Amino acid sequence: MAILEVKNIKKTFGKVQVLKGVDFSMYEGEVLSVIGSSGSGKTTLLRCINFLERADEGCIYLDGELLFDGSVHSKASPKEIRAKQLNFGLVFQDFNLFPQYTVLENVTLAPKLLAKEREDYKENKKQILEEIEENAKSIIDRVGLTEKLDNYPCQLSGGQKQRVSIARALALRPRILFFDEPTSALDPELTGEILRVIKQLASEHVTMVIVTHEIGFARNVSDRIIFMADGVVLEEGTPEDVIDNPKHERTKAFLSKLDNK
Amino acid sequence: MEFWKVTLSLLDGLQNTCMIFALTLVLALPLGLVISFGSMSKFKPLAYLVKTFVWIIRGVPLMLQVIILFYVPGFLIGRPILSRFSSVIAAFVINYACYFSEIYRGGIESITKGQYEAGQVLGMTKTQVFFKVVLMQVVKRVLAPMGNEVITLVKDTALARVIMIVEVIQAAQNFASYGLMWPLFYTAVFYLAFVGLLTLLFNYLEKKLDYYKG
Ligand SMILES: Nc1ncnc2c1ncn2[C@@H]1O[C@H](COP(=O)(O)OP(=O)(O)O)[C@@H](O)[C@H]1O
Ligand SMILES: [Mg+2]
Repeated sequence: MAILEVKNIKKTFGKVQVLKGVDFSMYEGEVLSVIGSSGSGKTTLLRCINFLERADEGCIYLDGELLFDGSVHSKASPKEIRAKQLNFGLVFQDFNLFPQYTVLENVTLAPKLLAKEREDYKENKKQILEEIEENAKSIIDRVGLTEKLDNYPCQLSGGQKQRVSIARALALRPRILFFDEPTSALDPELTGEILRVIKQLASEHVTMVIVTHEIGFARNVSDRIIFMADGVVLEEGTPEDVIDNPKHERTKAFLSKLDNK
Repeated sequence: MEFWKVTLSLLDGLQNTCMIFALTLVLALPLGLVISFGSMSKFKPLAYLVKTFVWIIRGVPLMLQVIILFYVPGFLIGRPILSRFSSVIAAFVINYACYFSEIYRGGIESITKGQYEAGQVLGMTKTQVFFKVVLMQVVKRVLAPMGNEVITLVKDTALARVIMIVEVIQAAQNFASYGLMWPLFYTAVFYLAFVGLLTLLFNYLEKKLDYYKG
């Protein structure tokens, strides 16, 4: 069964319909890349799935269970939305680290706040907090930043910041991790370190959805690729299908434009 | 002898000056936050109402507000209801809360949407995002303009004299009217010391928050 199933997601801003009925699904442990020219609705799609925007129509299923239904207009409580949101992690293009906290604090903040809602928090507070720190440290180690544990974001390079933000998302153990152009805000020489981290996560079978313009990387790391244009999924398949043998004219045009860069 | 007599008399005025300063600060700092939330409310009528109020308070001289608050409520009801001191405090608190609210609003609105969204996708509640993510950044950003306001407040306390509250300048002027001039300069030194201390305090706070950028 698919871990994530997105059906007929539609979203309009003002008079512009940005998503015109997006469908896709993915399996646990898969890496799915989303490509497409800028303005095609990739960010909006991720934001709808992550509850940062509310889709006007469509459904989202997680493990076959209905997570979101655009036709239900009674508003879900913030608490319900928060619980659903925690199934997913989102890595932003521009990191959005919390500047006043160290690397370690950035990664532990949300888990510590969340732990306060546990029933056994009062009894086992010390142990719970220690576990959170240990877990955070091991994740920070996985992204190769153990030496920067006590540094502040302003003391890090862009690539290091993005690795912290990946660690921060991983610390909540999301079922699926979403990336919105994780290397677009970086100098070209810094993209490699991010791509390596994502590659490593892929080898650990972390389920991921990656919006990216790094076509070579997408071909290399993805199990499947979807190509979006004008708010719909125009083509989807294996990297060989979509990147090496695109069927649709729009896909061909998009890929050849990138090649010429 | 004369020196001590003057000092004691000035200290009397000084007491009022310091009380007005401290009470205004303690009450206007939180009230300003409430007003800034009002002016940023998504409920537009409330936001406009609060903004109009802030506009009026900031547009009318504080001296006039002190006089109005002392005379008008009593006149309307037919007997004095606010003591001289309470009307000064009320006028100062309202006035400074409005100034503070604008500084807070600037600080809060300068925090990018991304900070809120990052907190949200990490499962934080709105309250947690405000107190754990946004607030410290706002404090850092408003510290310098707040420092300016607070220093202005020190000197504004002298306005209390318009409704016959003897603050430190009034006390010094009483001597001047008998031909004794140096208490005026004595008072000036007091203001300089007060403002100097505050400047040091704000510099210290800015240093403390200097450990990060952004
Ligand atoms: N909050 C918004 N309000 C209005 N228009 C928006 C908003 N967010 C995105 N859009 C518009 O939606 C379109 C798709 O944007 P986006 O999802 O960011 O595309 P992509 O990530 O593929 O570049 C763009 O034309 C953009 O201007
Ligand atoms: Mg985008």
